[in-house]
Amino acid sequence: MMVKLRVNGQTHTADVEPRKSLLDTLREDFRLTGAHAGCEHGVCGACTVLLDGDAVRSCLIFAVQADGYDITTIEGLAPAPGELSVIQDAFCETHGLQCGYCTPGMILSAHTLLQRTLTPSREDILEAISGNICRCTGYGQIVEAVEIAAERLRQSNALHAAPEAVK
Amino acid sequence: MNTVPVNRRFVSANRRVREDRRFVTGRGRYVADVVLANALHVALVPAQYPAARIVSIDATAALAMPGVHYVLTGEELAAATEPLMNGLDTPKVQRYPLAVGQVRYAGEWVVAVAADTRALAEDAAEKVRVVYEPLPFVIDPEEAFRPGSPAVHSAHGSNVLLDKTFVWGDVDKHFAEAPRTLSFRVTWGRSSTVPIETFGVVASWDPWREILDVWASIQMPKYPEQIARSMRIPANQVRVDQDVDVGGAYGVKRGIKHTILVAHLSRRLGRPVRLIEDRLENMRAGDAQGPERIFDVDIAFNDEGIIKSMKMRALDNAGAYAGRAPFQLGKPIGAIVGPYRIESVKYVAQSVTTNKAAEEAVKGFGQSPTNYAIESAIEKVAQATGLDRVEVRRRNFIRKEEFPYLIPSGTRYDSGDYHTVVDKVLAVVDYPALLKERDRLRASGLLAGIGLAACLEPSGGNSAFEPLLNEKNKTSTWMESCRINVDGTGCITTTIHTLSSGQGHETLVATVIGEVLEINPDLIRVVRPDSLACLPSNAPVGSRMAIMLGGAAFHAAQKLKAKLVTIAAHQFGVSEDTLSYSGGGVSHGVSGKRFDWADLVNIAHRNFHLLPQGMEPGLETTHVMQVPTGTKLPENGRVQMYPCHSFEFHVVLLTIDPLLGKPEIRRYVIGHDCGTVINPHIVKGMTLGGIAHGIGAALFEEFVYDEQGQMTTQSLMDYLLPSSHEVPKVEIVHHCTPSPHTVFGQKGAGESGYMGAPAAMSGAINDAVAPLGISFAKLPIRVSAIGDAVAAAQVSNEKKI
Repeated sequence: MMVKLRVNGQTHTADVEPRKSLLDTLREDFRLTGAHAGCEHGVCGACTVLLDGDAVRSCLIFAVQADGYDITTIEGLAPAPGELSVIQDAFCETHGLQCGYCTPGMILSAHTLLQRTLTPSREDILEAISGNICRCTGYGQIVEAVEIAAERLRQSNALHAAPEAVK
Repeated sequence: MNTVPVNRRFVSANRRVREDRRFVTGRGRYVADVVLANALHVALVPAQYPAARIVSIDATAALAMPGVHYVLTGEELAAATEPLMNGLDTPKVQRYPLAVGQVRYAGEWVVAVAADTRALAEDAAEKVRVVYEPLPFVIDPEEAFRPGSPAVHSAHGSNVLLDKTFVWGDVDKHFAEAPRTLSFRVTWGRSSTVPIETFGVVASWDPWREILDVWASIQMPKYPEQIARSMRIPANQVRVDQDVDVGGAYGVKRGIKHTILVAHLSRRLGRPVRLIEDRLENMRAGDAQGPERIFDVDIAFNDEGIIKSMKMRALDNAGAYAGRAPFQLGKPIGAIVGPYRIESVKYVAQSVTTNKAAEEAVKGFGQSPTNYAIESAIEKVAQATGLDRVEVRRRNFIRKEEFPYLIPSGTRYDSGDYHTVVDKVLAVVDYPALLKERDRLRASGLLAGIGLAACLEPSGGNSAFEPLLNEKNKTSTWMESCRINVDGTGCITTTIHTLSSGQGHETLVATVIGEVLEINPDLIRVVRPDSLACLPSNAPVGSRMAIMLGGAAFHAAQKLKAKLVTIAAHQFGVSEDTLSYSGGGVSHGVSGKRFDWADLVNIAHRNFHLLPQGMEPGLETTHVMQVPTGTKLPENGRVQMYPCHSFEFHVVLLTIDPLLGKPEIRRYVIGHDCGTVINPHIVKGMTLGGIAHGIGAALFEEFVYDEQGQMTTQSLMDYLLPSSHEVPKVEIVHHCTPSPHTVFGQKGAGESGYMGAPAAMSGAINDAVAPLGISFAKLPIRVSAIGDAVAAAQVSNEKKI
């Protein structure tokens, strides 16, 4: 059946089987391969994308269910070709990754957290990324990256996406 | 060999890891991202029994489905290919990608279905009817070892793949004369490193060009050779694309059976074929499961806690096929006494087949389980003598001035300063205060314990365990290569000849070459030629790339520098030793004249008339590097295993809520000495990630089989991976004892943290429950096991009162 999905601000259409996951549709039909299949049963978080700003497992929802939502994938975060978002840059600064497979999901989870608050506690960060399993880093440099990104976003002149009160 | 002055610009500097930019933007290129037109997708039909004869296979219904192109059986595949390679000399233990005539573990692949989409292939796989006749099976390694147990491979005659006894030194005498001895058993559960990316491979056979193109999520030495051998084609008809990012490997991304399966299908069907495992295929029958090992250990020591001799029997459950797994009993021979001065060792290495999935290589290649056994011994000696656990370690440590130190099994440790690392860590944790804190926590009603582990990470991997365990194998060569090309515009492009799985090899090579040539590493392009355009490589295994790829890059850069100096000397008409290289140019000290980078590049590329006679034009150098110290085959059961030995010392404070049994790590400090660090970010990440793996192996992770031979941990909801909640903040205390064998004094760090974390966690839990008079001797130590044992001990202690 035909789906019309809004991904990273652009509208994509595809003819998909009703049983096709959003993950497979993003990867196969739209060639957005930044979301990865890890377990395909909702544990590892490698397939994380944002639906109306919330981090969700794209392996656990069907493409046909995602109609009408604003979908953000890792490809939608960098401001321009060759550039990095503040969070992406912070991950590079602390080397909050190794093989990179969990990284898009991890960054999207961190992005969601920092959309909600720019003063996350260590516990807030651990909770926000706890649905994203990383086998390379032991999470240490990931937590450092999110802390640095929060600090930089706090200090930046740009309008913050959401006021503190939303937390 | 520390030929570069210690004043370094790029090596050891906190520079960014260049690979990270593509990964944070989702622009990695993993095998699943490789999409070829017209490709078919594969799904597998798994065996339902741990052992059964295949009576018949009926694929009629599957083949009748639209979009289904082929159903492949083991019979067809075995007729068309050679068996997969065995490490040991066990020719009757044959393995093919699909079961042939008989299945040997539940989940083993019996039939492969190729269809237009993966979903269709899965649908069709369910329609394949296989009739089985169940056979007796064996799951337990001790039972498998006994004569008369059901043979997994009847043609082999028994389940014993390896039963080899080594005696290094006068073990009998040392035991006879020892004032005290003790014996114990510890068991390492069948865990693994479980990358988030499963294994995947795409193959495409071009019958006109006569070439097999392969894209794979691979981390395995000699991969193209193994493909060619099994496919019965010349090795120069196999082209592996090395520019594929691997989504985590940590030893297990071996995938040769998957590769042969799709390569055969592609050759048979004339279309590209891909197999990307799903998680169930991966856990049940992919190359996913790691060592499972029983250690029986005897220790001879005295009242001062000095250990004189050790007997260790290691019984390894290799699962249904041999492969390379039994070698994981061999590598630890190179550090069989850990960091200790144990004078003699008897080592019995036994590996048996059982009806479980085949064991594959895992991070450390058997060293972490062995370290767990050695550290358990130290803990027990401390307990028996009533001495402090740190003190027992200190008394037995090899001393700084004793290096290079020859251990009984023939390996000479390069360098180390174990006492200083321990002192530094204990100063950071304030050990007396930590003991008080433990006691305060105990007084508050919690169980609290301190875990300690001191161990080695042998690094610079060679394959000396191969000839040691298989006398027919005479391999002593284990090289790594690098090529540098400076183009006519002066830009540098360099090559690496393997895939990477997060180790930052591009950063490593650029950093090293930048250091030697005194050029900003960010200006150096690093590429990965396909396997046919490659120089020799043995893949990132055995914690070897800082030493071997770093070494090859260093030597290639030195050759390039030498060529530039020769060109300049020829222009100046002076001898080379009057010139100095700096910042990419060559200066003549006396006259003050200088040729800059651009001048020298121009001469090399455009002014053949200005080159010294006999010099090749262009600016290209290559270095193929053999493992340092790898000069001999084993003699009398002794061998120099790896060249370098990193050291780590773990201290953990944890508490256990006696009602829940749940451990909570309060503090985790590791002292780490891997010699000169080339990139601090990378080494830190390796160490922290290794500790997370170790915590998983100690507390959560195990592939569990029930009495019917079925694996019960078939998803990540049963096989638990540590999340950010389970891995604590870890403090790292650095120390640097350079290795004399490497170009910058670097040692390996790719397996760091994992080497000692399981032992430290076990020690902490056992210290916590010691007041109850109980202990745990098998990993993982699960929350449920702790809760049950603590409850039982409390009841039994109350009864005694």
